[in-house]
Amino acid sequence: MSGPAPGSDSSREEETLLRIAASPHVHSPHSTPRIMWTVTITLIPLVAAAVYWFGPSALLVIGAATAGAVITERIFGRRGALGDGSAAITGILLGLILPPGFPMWMAFVGGAFGIGFGKLIFGGLGQNVFNPALLGRAFLQAAFPIAITTWPAEQASRWALRGDNFALPLMSPNTADLVTAATPLGAWKFEGTGTEVLDLLIGRTGGSLGETSALLILALGVFLAVKKYLDWRIPASILLTVAAFSGLLFLIDGSRFPSPMFMLFSGGLMLGAVYMATDLVTSPVTPRGAWIFGIGIGLLVVLIRVWGGLPEGVMYAILLMNALVPFINRATQPRVFGHERKREEAAA
Amino acid sequence: MLSDLFRSDTFRHGVHPPERKSYTESIKIRRMPFPDEIVLPLRQHAGRPAIPLVKRGDRVERADKVGEADGFISVPIHTSAAGTVRDVTLWPHPDGSMAESVVIEVDRWSPQVPRPRIVAQWEGLEPDQVVKEVQKAGVVGLGGAAFPTHVKLLPPKDMQVHTLIVNGAECEPYLTTDHRTMVEFSERVQFGIRIMMKALGVERTIIGVEKNKPDAIERLRATLPDDLDVTVLPLTVKYPQGAEKMLIDVVTGREVPSGKLPMNVGVVVQNVGSIACIAEIFDTGQPLIERVVTVTGPGVRRPSNLLVPVGAKLRDVLEFCDGLTDDASQIIFGGPMMGAATPDLETPLIKGTTGVVVLTEAEARPPTVHPCIHCGRCLESCPVFLNPALLGSLAQAGRFEEMEDSHLMDCMLCGSCSYVCPSHIPLSQMFALGKNMLRRQKTKEAAA
Repeated sequence: MSGPAPGSDSSREEETLLRIAASPHVHSPHSTPRIMWTVTITLIPLVAAAVYWFGPSALLVIGAATAGAVITERIFGRRGALGDGSAAITGILLGLILPPGFPMWMAFVGGAFGIGFGKLIFGGLGQNVFNPALLGRAFLQAAFPIAITTWPAEQASRWALRGDNFALPLMSPNTADLVTAATPLGAWKFEGTGTEVLDLLIGRTGGSLGETSALLILALGVFLAVKKYLDWRIPASILLTVAAFSGLLFLIDGSRFPSPMFMLFSGGLMLGAVYMATDLVTSPVTPRGAWIFGIGIGLLVVLIRVWGGLPEGVMYAILLMNALVPFINRATQPRVFGHERKREEAAA
Repeated sequence: MLSDLFRSDTFRHGVHPPERKSYTESIKIRRMPFPDEIVLPLRQHAGRPAIPLVKRGDRVERADKVGEADGFISVPIHTSAAGTVRDVTLWPHPDGSMAESVVIEVDRWSPQVPRPRIVAQWEGLEPDQVVKEVQKAGVVGLGGAAFPTHVKLLPPKDMQVHTLIVNGAECEPYLTTDHRTMVEFSERVQFGIRIMMKALGVERTIIGVEKNKPDAIERLRATLPDDLDVTVLPLTVKYPQGAEKMLIDVVTGREVPSGKLPMNVGVVVQNVGSIACIAEIFDTGQPLIERVVTVTGPGVRRPSNLLVPVGAKLRDVLEFCDGLTDDASQIIFGGPMMGAATPDLETPLIKGTTGVVVLTEAEARPPTVHPCIHCGRCLESCPVFLNPALLGSLAQAGRFEEMEDSHLMDCMLCGSCSYVCPSHIPLSQMFALGKNMLRRQKTKEAAA
């Protein structure tokens, strides 16, 4: 149009390119990278706890899994995808669900598989059906069943490695001179012995690197829920379901079934409920869906632990429910404003 | 009633953008002087554009009609200043398009006094005569949508309207137009309510005001009439509280059925500015030729509430507010949630312009878009309970029919989903596109 009026103070359009954009012109301060990196930062105390209980082996295994995940994302992923922080989360989480004595090369392969086949093959962040870290572990469990179920006993020295972390690539770890001890769930399942709940709470037990400090995980979960970076309904419904279902079994026959406290605080339940099931991408988007998802996981965990062939069932429970998420989402769409609910119509 | 137990003073879902009203909320309305030129688009309202009545060289006095209403869902356009018609031509419109407009060279020496006219005595008028007067004065909804006000005053025979809701929520950040109107012209608002209640034959009026305007609530309460059932309802501060359907939900506890009008639940909603405008018609006889506009934001040197002649150009309005700051980078017609950004300072302010918000570089920078992570924040923000994440992925795939099946047409483009999206996906922009594509398709089908 015509030029600025002479002497006009606001005749700055020649200097300033006014921006045109679609509304809304303001945005909430939350961003996907910020959510992801915050979650990553909350994992640091868990890594620290793993190092405290398991020594330098913890760092080696977690580092290798993270390297596998991040390098795979860097090579095959979208440009700049590392910046959103999601590959780092996958790697660290995978490391936290591996045994302390796990060979580094296997952990690396697990991280690479989790990102490559768990995420990138679906189209990258946001497109995957299954939690990539759990898928990586499921792969490792299938590929290296012995190594992933070797739980070393406490070493004499805090600085000693907890197994053959430096096994050469494609070689099985040398476990000949390793003293092993059962995890609390394994001990219960195969030997029929229980574990003190206090030990479970603080993590003074065998098990995967990050699975052992239930109390710490719970505290971090509360922090993330308050920040609204995870949906509190999912861990709440999982834990309540496990407590209720195993409590019922315990009441029926306390000698055959473990106590609900033992069920809640042993194995990978706490880490799974707080960090794995709540993965935004692979959990339902609707609040009602979150409850259904959590209850399903809780039921499956107890079923697998009590009647399944494995001592632990959190991983498969979450992966199974991951597969149902699209159906849960579709079935739990809220009623649109101004539309009749079908049931109400029938009642009226 | 049982349902009253669960009544709350807000709707479900919604978002909390920073309010940013402190720039102008306590600044008195100033009258902007007449600029040298005004531009009056013939399309300033929902419905059919007005038909031009003047041609180049015609002399017009202030408040003269320059465009006639084209049918019932349309209103006439009056000039806000005396002068000479320079042209009737295409001109940039606040919505971003070009629209046929009457350009008037304002007479510098005119006293700007309107022609003498007869003011109708509202007490003696039948409802349909009131409706006619309101249409004649060119009144539209001043809350932004600019729907002709008289249409809402004439409910079909089969609909019983029992409640008038006056919308003073003003939930858009930055804007204080309605706020200042309620504080400074509360008597006029009450007078307008009186006329509207008679025209509509309703027993009850509720004025909904968000709680962040305590002085407005106080002024309105102090001026409530003794002989009418008018109450002020303070509302929770939440966006989009001022959306018609949300407001009705809060006030009456009833949802307007999808695709239906507020009248279907016995309610008429009018913006508080429109009510004041109606009072003006039956007080001085002045048609809608000026309105209150908030000019604000960090990019304006002197944020103000102005009484602006309709048709004043952005350039002149900003100049009256001491111009833009050096880091100003985006000018928005309306509020930042639903307003349209304009690059052109020649664009005129029209009847539906609630405000002009100027953002700086830091605020206007478009955020980086990331992939959807299915966090569900959009679902928990949507005031009409849609699934924006799903609609967004359908839009990206161009599957517009499926968007319609997922109730796209219930979306009111409030922008809440885009606001909360941590991946900054332009959801509401996609939905506007989807709605346009569907509308175009329907027109094509109807033509075939």
